Amino acid sequence: MSTPAFVALARFGLGARPGDLDLVARDPRAWVSAQLTRPGAMPRALSALGTGQQAAAEFTRIVRRGAAAVEQNIRQGARQAYVEEAGLRTQAQVESDQPVHERLVAFWSNHFTVSVQRPVILSLAGPFEREAIRPHVTGRFHDMLLAVARHSAMLVYLDQAQSIGPNSRIGMRRQRGLNENLAREILELHTLGVEGGYGQADVTAFANILTGWSIARAEDQNLGGFMFRPFVHEPGSKILLGRRFEENGEAEGIAALEMLARHPSTSRHIATKLARHFIADKPPPALVDRLAKAFRDSDGDLGHVTRLLVDSREAWETALTKVKTPNEFVVSALRACAPGFDAMRALGGLRSLGQSPFAAPSPAGWPDTADQWLAPESVMRRAEWAMALATRLGRDRDAQAVLDTALGPAARNETRTWFSRAASSTDALALVIASPEFQRR
Amino acid sequence: MSLTRRSTLRLLATTLTSAAVPRVVLAAAPTERRLVLIILRGALDGLAAVPPFFDPAYRQLRTTLGPGEPGSADGALDLDGGFALHPSLRAFHAMYKQGDAAIIHAVATPYRERSHFDAQDLLENGTLRARGATDGWLNRALGLMPRSDTRVGLAVGQTVPLVMRGTVPVGSWAAQTMPELNRDFLSLLSQVYKSDTAFDVAFTEGMRAHAMNDEVLGDEKSMGGNARGAQAIRATTSAIGKLLASADGPRVAALDIGGWDTHSAQNARLKQMLQALDDGLTGLRESLGAVWRQSVVVVATEFGRTAQQNGTNGTDHGTGSVVLLAGGAVAGGKVLGHWPGLAADKLHQGRDLAPTTDMRAVFKTLLLAHVGLPRDGIERAVFPDSRDVRALDDLVKA
Repeated sequence: MSTPAFVALARFGLGARPGDLDLVARDPRAWVSAQLTRPGAMPRALSALGTGQQAAAEFTRIVRRGAAAVEQNIRQGARQAYVEEAGLRTQAQVESDQPVHERLVAFWSNHFTVSVQRPVILSLAGPFEREAIRPHVTGRFHDMLLAVARHSAMLVYLDQAQSIGPNSRIGMRRQRGLNENLAREILELHTLGVEGGYGQADVTAFANILTGWSIARAEDQNLGGFMFRPFVHEPGSKILLGRRFEENGEAEGIAALEMLARHPSTSRHIATKLARHFIADKPPPALVDRLAKAFRDSDGDLGHVTRLLVDSREAWETALTKVKTPNEFVVSALRACAPGFDAMRALGGLRSLGQSPFAAPSPAGWPDTADQWLAPESVMRRAEWAMALATRLGRDRDAQAVLDTALGPAARNETRTWFSRAASSTDALALVIASPEFQRR
Repeated sequence: MSLTRRSTLRLLATTLTSAAVPRVVLAAAPTERRLVLIILRGALDGLAAVPPFFDPAYRQLRTTLGPGEPGSADGALDLDGGFALHPSLRAFHAMYKQGDAAIIHAVATPYRERSHFDAQDLLENGTLRARGATDGWLNRALGLMPRSDTRVGLAVGQTVPLVMRGTVPVGSWAAQTMPELNRDFLSLLSQVYKSDTAFDVAFTEGMRAHAMNDEVLGDEKSMGGNARGAQAIRATTSAIGKLLASADGPRVAALDIGGWDTHSAQNARLKQMLQALDDGLTGLRESLGAVWRQSVVVVATEFGRTAQQNGTNGTDHGTGSVVLLAGGAVAGGKVLGHWPGLAADKLHQGRDLAPTTDMRAVFKTLLLAHVGLPRDGIERAVFPDSRDVRALDDLVKA
C-alpha cells in the first residue's frame, strides 16, 4: 500500500534513501512544500564548474582556429567537459537532500531542451541548466523564458545566434538572412503549444523580432556572453499574434517574450505538462484548469503553481501509474542502494537505457508518458541493469534492507512472496529494483 | 554446452506453466514479402538529396547549398540527365542504376503546418490529423494479414515507434549491451510482473523477441552496441536484415534515424547523415541476401524544407520532400512524381517545394502491390480517408 510518505518520495522526489520513509512520514506534504519555499542552493557537486560564458568564449576561440580545431575540440575537450558535468549532475541527483527541487530542475530543463545531439553545445548544455533553469524553477516563468532565450546554449542549439534580418544592414550587404528555428520552437514548445493559435506569419514575425539576439565574439565585448547586434536586426515594425511591435531593437524581443509568457495558451500548455509529469499520463482536466488559472492569476509564479499542485487532492489520491524515466529509475535505484557513486558506471547505465543526460532526441525533449518508456526492449534493459547493479553490490548490500528502504509498505504481496523465494540475495535485490512498484511513481 | 539465453528460454518454456513466457513457435509467416520503413526524423531536405539541376530556379534558391553538378569535383551523381543524387548516396545510386531503387519527388503527407512533432505523428498514425489515432498505420496493416504465431512486425530500437504501435503484437530488436539475465531471475520477474498489465505485456514480448533474435543472430546480437552514428546504423540494419531474412522471422520492420533538421551548416551535416543512410541501406541489402529480391525499403521524412536556403547556410521547415525506395522488388531506375517547378509562383505558400504526390499513395501502393493486402482493408483500416488517394503505377516489379 502506498503511504503518503512513499507518494511524496516517489511522485515528487527521486525515491527513498535509507531512512527516508520514516523521516518523510512525519509530515509528507510539508517535506515536499519546504523544497518549494526555500529554493535549493546550487548542489555542491556542481558548484565548482565553469560558466556558460567561459565555455562559449573558449569555443569561439577554437572556431577562429578553423574547422579542424573544432572537430578536435568536439572529440576531446568539449566532450570531456560534457562527460564531467553529466556525471556531476547525476551525482547531484543521487546525493540530493532536495530531490523535489532536482525533479523540478529536470522537468524544466526538459521543457526547454538543449541537446548534445548537436555536438556544438557539448560544453554549454550543463551550464545552461545551471544558469538559465535552476535559479528559476520556483521563480517566474517569464524570467526563466528570458534567461533561456538569451543563453548561448539555446542561441546555438536552435540557430538563433546566426539569424540575420534580411533587410538589416548586414543582411542587405551579405545576402544572408533569417533562421526561424528558435522563434518557431519558442511558440510551439516553450510557450503557446502547437495548438496555441499561431501561424507561419507569426513564426516569421517573431523570428524577425529576435534578429540580433546573439553571442559576443570579440575579446573586448563580453566574449561568449549574450549580445544584441543592432546591425543584423530586421528594421520596421512586426505583427505577432495581432499585436504590432514597433521597431525597438532588443526591446522588441523582450516585450514579445513577456507577451508570450502571459498568453492564456501558455498557461494551459504549462499546466498540462506539469500535471502530466507529476500526476498521470492523462492529467485530470480539473487539476489542469486550476493550475492554468493559478499560472495566470500569479503572473507565472512557478513556486505558487507548484505548491498548488502539491496541495491538490489529486497529488495524494491518484494512483502511482507514471513510469519512471530511465534517469529517474537509475537515480532512485542508486539512492536506495547507496553503492558509492561511480560517474562512469552511472552514465553507462543511462546510455544503455536510452537517456544520457542532456541528450534528448529533439527540441521537444524526452517523452513523458509510459507508452514511450515501456516498450518490450526497455523493460528487458531495465531488468538487465537492475541485475548488473545487484551483482556489483553482491553481499555488501542486504536485499531485505533495500526492500524496506525503497518500497517499505508499498511492496506488493507478490513482490514480497517472490522476493522470499529468490534463489540468491543478488536475484532478490535485483527483483526489488526491477519490480513494477519501484519503476512506477 | 553453455547456457545461453536461447537455451535458457527453451528451458523456461518447458519448466514454467506460466503463459507469461511464450514458446518460440516456428510457424510460416503470412507473407514472403519484406517491407522496411525508415523514418528520417527532423525533415530531410529533398532538394539537397535529389537536386533538380534542370530547374532554372534551383541555383537561384540554393546559391551555396547542395552538391555541385554531376561531373564537378565531389559533384552530384547523375540519375536521368535531369535529377541527380547527393554524392553521399553512392550505394543507393548503384542500386538505382541496377533498377533496384526509385525516387518519388515532391511528396508530402497531408500535413500542411510546420511542426516536426505533429508532422511525424501524422506520418505515423496514417490519418489526416496529428493525434488522429493512437496506433500506427503499419500496425493496422499487420492486422489485415492472416493471424500468425510469429511476430510479423519488428520495431527497431528500445522504443516502439508510433507507426508500429497498436493492437497487433510486434517483435523488437536493439543492440545488446548488458549481460544476459539468468533463468531463475527471468522466472521471478515473470511472476512479479503478472499483476501489472503494462509490465507483463512488455516483458512477455521482450522475452519472445530476445528468443527470436538469439535464434537468428546468435553471438552477433551485441553488434552495434558501442558504435556511434553511421557505424551503429550499419550494424543495426545488418542485424535486422538477418532477422527479416530468416524463415520464421519478421517481415515488416520500422526504424528511425534522427538528425536531419539542418537549419544551419547543412552541407556538412547532410554529407554525414546521407552517408550513414547509404551505409544503412548497404547493410540491409547485404544481410537480406537472397530475399533482397522480395524486399522494399522505403525511406520517408515528415516534411521537406524551404526551397530557398535560409540566412544561415541551412533550410527551415517546408513541405514537399522525397521518398526513396530501394530493394529488389522495386521497379527501379526512375524518378517518379510530377515536378511542380521551383519558380516563385509554383512554390507552396511562396516558400516550399509544392507537394504533388500524397505520401499515403506510396505507402498504399506498397501495401497493395508489394505486400498484397486488399484495397478495401487498406482504405478502411490502414489509411482511412484515402479513397481518393490513387495508388501509383509501376512502383514494384510485376
